[in-house]
Amino acid sequence: MAKFGKKKKGMPAMNTSALPDIVFMLLFFFMVTTTMRETDLLIQSQQLPNASETKKLEHKSLVSTIYVGKAKDETKYGTGDQIQLNDKLAQVTEVANFIYSERSTRKEEEIPAMTTSIKADVGCNVGTIIDIRSELRDVRALKISYSARGGDPAMNLKKN
Amino acid sequence: MARRDGGEINAGSMADIAFLLLVFFLVTTTMDVDAGISRKLSEKPPKDFVPPILKEKNVFEVNINRNNDLLVEDEFMTVDDIRQAAIDFIDNGGGVGKPGPDGEAGEPCDYCNGKKDASSSDHPNKAIISVQSDRGTSYGMYMTVQNELLAAYTELRDRYALDKFGMSFQEMEKIYKGDRKNEELKKKIDEIKEAYPQIISDAEPQN
Repeated sequence: MAKFGKKKKGMPAMNTSALPDIVFMLLFFFMVTTTMRETDLLIQSQQLPNASETKKLEHKSLVSTIYVGKAKDETKYGTGDQIQLNDKLAQVTEVANFIYSERSTRKEEEIPAMTTSIKADVGCNVGTIIDIRSELRDVRALKISYSARGGDPAMNLKKN
Repeated sequence: MARRDGGEINAGSMADIAFLLLVFFLVTTTMDVDAGISRKLSEKPPKDFVPPILKEKNVFEVNINRNNDLLVEDEFMTVDDIRQAAIDFIDNGGGVGKPGPDGEAGEPCDYCNGKKDASSSDHPNKAIISVQSDRGTSYGMYMTVQNELLAAYTELRDRYALDKFGMSFQEMEKIYKGDRKNEELKKKIDEIKEAYPQIISDAEPQN
């Protein structure tokens, strides 16, 4: 028995010198794969529609995003579809101004390549989307992308 | 030269610093990649614009009502069938295509596999899909239909590409994305796109 007691004493410290390397590896992984969160959402977290024919948006800096969904604060804004531009909820009529202000921050030759990404919840009404679309058409922001996740499109109908 | 025999720097807190940075990035960034169905809107027509008269057989009419029911060419249909219906319509090739830019007569579709039905579309470049949805339609349903229609085009383009170049259209696009200077591939892609152009129009809701 005395033999066992002796062993405990000489327990060496675990070598943790590789720990920083591992953590740095994780750090770089996250730095590369993620993007900065840009806006605080004022609408409820969305369930984006699923689609199989999606295309990745290419030039991130040329994308302006319009969020559509139900407001988080339903007592203040009601339960209808809300549109979020930048950091605030807005009316459809403000979409044109939003596009103009987005354009003013880009170089002139980049304007035709600008894309508007519409991030809308599956439960939205198409009417809201049609309104936004006609506003975009008025200001000639013709490239749009309906944001979607890759997945089974049949899932879009289950929630209704 | 003095011999440096200084002790090692204590690297024990390096892990803490790295963890701190890691947590910071975990909190401030998001994982989602922005992907979506991209569409190009049509330009706003001038006030005195008279829309061209289209033959009814060249228009594939899709109606979605507020209860998310689907009416395709005046027939009730489920979402599962719309892709095949669209393929049959686009690929019909019952007549001649659009006249060329120099005024030469249009050619019949020699790559179509359709039934050559005289009451369906003449040529893929004349075939127009018109989607009309109600304001009350759910966005999920709308996206599903758009997705199915795009899938129909993708299937046809893939088939054409496989027949002609031995490689699927999606694969070609993927390669082209990595190699933008590949003019030869670009030509092929353009040819496929011209063979099966995506003509999907969103009609304004009537109510």
